[in-house]
Amino acid sequence: MARIDIRTVDKSFPTGSGSVVALTDINFVIRDKELITLVGASGCGKSTLLNLIAGFETPTSGQLLVDGAPIKGPGPDRGVVFQQTALFPWLSVEDNIAFGLRLNANKNKGSPEAVTQRMLERTGLLPFRSRRPAELSGGMRQRAAIASVLAINPSTLLMDEPFGALDSLTRSIMQDFLLEIWEEERKTVVLVTHDIDEAIYLADRTVVMTAHPGRVREVIDVDLPRPRRYEMRSDPRFIALRDHVTGIVRNETIKGTAMAAPAWTPELVQAAART
Amino acid sequence: MVASAQSERSAGNVSSAAGPSIRAEPSRLASLIQYAAFPVAVLAVWQICSEVGFVRHNVLPAPSEVLAVWYDLVTGTTDAAARYSGTWLDHAWASTWRVFAGFAWGVALGISLGLVIGLSRVMERVFDPTIQVLRNIPVTAWVPLSLVFFGIGNAPAVFLIGLGAFFPAAINTTHGVRQINVTLYKCAQMMGANERELLTRVILPAAMPSILTGVRLSMGIAWVLVVVAEILAVRSGLGYLLNDAYLFYRNDVVIAAMLSIGLLGFCSDRLVVLFRDYILAWNTKETFGGQD
Repeated sequence: MARIDIRTVDKSFPTGSGSVVALTDINFVIRDKELITLVGASGCGKSTLLNLIAGFETPTSGQLLVDGAPIKGPGPDRGVVFQQTALFPWLSVEDNIAFGLRLNANKNKGSPEAVTQRMLERTGLLPFRSRRPAELSGGMRQRAAIASVLAINPSTLLMDEPFGALDSLTRSIMQDFLLEIWEEERKTVVLVTHDIDEAIYLADRTVVMTAHPGRVREVIDVDLPRPRRYEMRSDPRFIALRDHVTGIVRNETIKGTAMAAPAWTPELVQAAART
Repeated sequence: MVASAQSERSAGNVSSAAGPSIRAEPSRLASLIQYAAFPVAVLAVWQICSEVGFVRHNVLPAPSEVLAVWYDLVTGTTDAAARYSGTWLDHAWASTWRVFAGFAWGVALGISLGLVIGLSRVMERVFDPTIQVLRNIPVTAWVPLSLVFFGIGNAPAVFLIGLGAFFPAAINTTHGVRQINVTLYKCAQMMGANERELLTRVILPAAMPSILTGVRLSMGIAWVLVVVAEILAVRSGLGYLLNDAYLFYRNDVVIAAMLSIGLLGFCSDRLVVLFRDYILAWNTKETFGGQD
């Protein structure tokens, strides 16, 4: 079980002069075994929200609950897949996958060797088990990182732009890989992305966020059938959803930059002409 | 360092991530020539200068004479080193023992305190200013006080060597801890690692490249200070031999002692490098490592 309640959460970060509001009035529920994506332009606070759920940050006000209990800090019930692949460079692939299970906190989660073997098979990394992370491709590295988090069997998987650093081909393969894993293991998944196609393709629901300050603009039900396949991206319903979300994100981004840009006073025009 | 990087490259599999070089590996003979060319040239010029008579032999003896004296120093068979004949092993052992004793306590304390400071901003405020001020006092300036405190003998020598070895170990350990990739730390924390597991399985291995850089500098400093300590505080060791031979105007023995110190220092450094390359084998694929 892993139902996450986010109740009137605000988060601001102190700066040199006062503070910056990253998130304001965030309110929604992530249902058990749901795959939810957070999408929005950069600066909308989606990664901050994920860090709050992970327990790396605490809210300025409001509450975050997992199955009714407030989040007190990071823990193995909420596995995090980081954008910057978190693999220990001094450990082989198999030792990286076994890392979590060898910790005292997870010693009742099964034999590290057996689970690692299963994860290596499941992720196709068996032939690369004794390689070091630096000897793997980007896609394989992120596969190994996902395997190392899945090994501790968290009820929730929190993913912060997990495929953001991959090329588009590898990314789409990894998206299908994630869907397969999710359909087998049925965990609650929260995935942050700025890729709108990815957000819709993966999600049961997608949370569209806007910036300055970060807030939830809309929660969209993605009622596309499962299992999903790559061809679905040309389905009219997919395209309609994508255009809808793109419209919101683009509009808000343009508004944001228009507000941030200086007004063109005659002095500024002259100054620009001189340079 | 160059030597180890090259031998790793030629021994290991270099196909995938061998770095930016696209040139072929040098052959065994070519690399032997690259290693030997410079020292052989220096020795040759020195020998020739001596033969021709540019310098007086008792001021700068020829390499061949130094070698002869060195041989007698070690074996005690030819009496070329006169009153020092056959004493080399005792002196070398005395110096080596002092270096490793001082190095051991200095590095152990340095790594421990470096970890404490690196992990905690509070401990940084408590200890770091003191360390930064003391670090700027040359260790040789501690000689008078350490003689007063410990008297003549091994104690002040081991104290001075440890003090010198302490600072690079401490500072590099702190630096190593501070520059750990925060994502790795957060990842282990998220997986449920406790404080001890974070320290032994994440912080120590991640800081190890920097720690061992510090340890290597400490070893170098230890060999510098053993000479200082032996000139001033004890009546044995290669530093003592060097100073005593200087007083008796035996520059051939002085040079043999100098080279002995250099050679033993080099061997100690190789030990540290071997240990480092063994522990940090993972790091060769992560770093530049130099071009062939």
